[in-house]
Amino acid sequence: MKEMRNLLAEHPFFESLSPTHLDLVAGCGKNVVFEAGRQIFREGEPAEYFYIIRHGKVAIDVYAPGLGNMSIQTLGEGEVLGWSWLVPPYEWRFDARAVELTRAVALDGNCLRGKCEGDNALGFQLLKKFSQVMAQRLEATRMQLLDMYGTSMKGGGRKLS
Amino acid sequence: MIAAADPMVPNLHRIQKVTQETSDTFTLALAPSCGRKCPAFRPGQFNMLYVFGVGEVPISISGDPATPETLVHTTRAVGAVTAAMKKMRPGDQLGVRGPYGTEWPVAEAHDRDVVIVAGGIGLAPLRPALYSLLNHRERYGRVVLLYGTRSPEDILYRTEIQKWRSQFDLDVHVTVDRATGKWRGNVGVVTSLIPKAPFDPYHATAFVCGPEIMMRYTILALLKRGVEKDSIHLSMERNMKCAVGFCGHCQIGPLFVCRDGPVFGYPRLEKLLDKREL
Ligand SMILES: Cc1cc2nc3c(=O)[nH]c(=O)nc-3n(C[C@H](O)[C@H](O)[C@H](O)COP(=O)(O)OP(=O)(O)OC[C@H]3O[C@@H](n4cnc5c(N)ncnc54)[C@H](O)[C@@H]3O)c2cc1C
Ligand code: FES
Repeated sequence: MKEMRNLLAEHPFFESLSPTHLDLVAGCGKNVVFEAGRQIFREGEPAEYFYIIRHGKVAIDVYAPGLGNMSIQTLGEGEVLGWSWLVPPYEWRFDARAVELTRAVALDGNCLRGKCEGDNALGFQLLKKFSQVMAQRLEATRMQLLDMYGTSMKGGGRKLS
Repeated sequence: MIAAADPMVPNLHRIQKVTQETSDTFTLALAPSCGRKCPAFRPGQFNMLYVFGVGEVPISISGDPATPETLVHTTRAVGAVTAAMKKMRPGDQLGVRGPYGTEWPVAEAHDRDVVIVAGGIGLAPLRPALYSLLNHRERYGRVVLLYGTRSPEDILYRTEIQKWRSQFDLDVHVTVDRATGKWRGNVGVVTSLIPKAPFDPYHATAFVCGPEIMMRYTILALLKRGVEKDSIHLSMERNMKCAVGFCGHCQIGPLFVCRDGPVFGYPRLEKLLDKREL
């Protein structure tokens, strides 16, 4: 438990979380390891956990008919995988796969939701942190949608062919 | 008295070699047709390349400034002139005027870390700066290349990037917007590499080139990391005609990209970059 708390305290995502809240969160965590190529979760499955990546690399994939699995983002050390545990219906929106050997802390969403109900200040702290993650991902997705490298350098161009 | 050469008259050059970099991007190695010497150039400068009967376009020099004997340009086919250029083969002739414009301030970066952020074809104008840094590697702190492109198939200078990656004195991080198949590298926008890239933001100089929208977000990420405004330099693009400050075609606010740029310190562009349709 103490070790889990220390692991979380070192992770940038939990920076600024109070010691009491860290203790509460640590109670919902366990260490996990995914070998390269291992599927971590699939779209539509219940989102029971989220993951704090300690080492390694995880790809977020979507299945596109005709193209197969397409990676739209990779996450690495110091980053957080998954926010679906926080938003009903608590189901994964994408697939996640370990690209390299990945070590992470899995945090039980059900357990955390319970603790957030009991301690609204913790709920607010976590919500703030996850909204930041979601905002960053939204901004990145928008830039990807612009397909900016496909246009001319000025950005107003059109690709031939 | 010898009359000064007319800056609007191109010199004939012959294509020595064509390298297909990706499906739409190619590199031409050129040499002057009449045995003249190619003029020296500084990293970041560009030439006007004239495809006879089609038109003239500004293209950055992408070769090594230490070996100016061969003139190297990497071009992406986007329209009439560049598509015609893509069809050219060794032995064909092109007109060349230049070199023009300002340079990446590599000398100002002595004793500092250097972070190079390139998006798509933006790696081409930055390659001469990288060559210069590597030719005098001992003068700089950490040198980091962050390169974003659309997909693994769109990565330019693939073999060279692999070579740079295996060097211990250069940190290379490549990311793509999307990938299928066997890609084991990073996926995500190039700005996502900035927070974790190994450089000291308080003693770093940044060179940035790519689509304007990518440069805007890159600047935000660099400033957030702590890089000073004065230490950020960008290369800008505008359509050009004369390339020597006569016609005003390339104007951004009060600046002429051909004469005052294409490489600018960020403070000069700060107010102009956010304006729409400049
Ligand atoms: C200083 C400078 C350096 C450049 N370096 C390179 C380089 O190293 N490699 C490279 O591939 N390209 C470079 N460019 C861009 C290149 O000049 C244009 O892609 C080229 O002029 C397009 O000409 P075209 O006749 O093929 O296309 P056009 O038929 O003129 O246009 C095709 C499409 O591209 C857009 N477009 C054309 N020119 C530009 C431009 N300059 N900026 C933004 N959009 C444009 C048009 O809006 C149109 O939608 C550079 C431009 C500048 C100003
Ligand atoms: S292109 Fe004529 S002034 Fe710049």
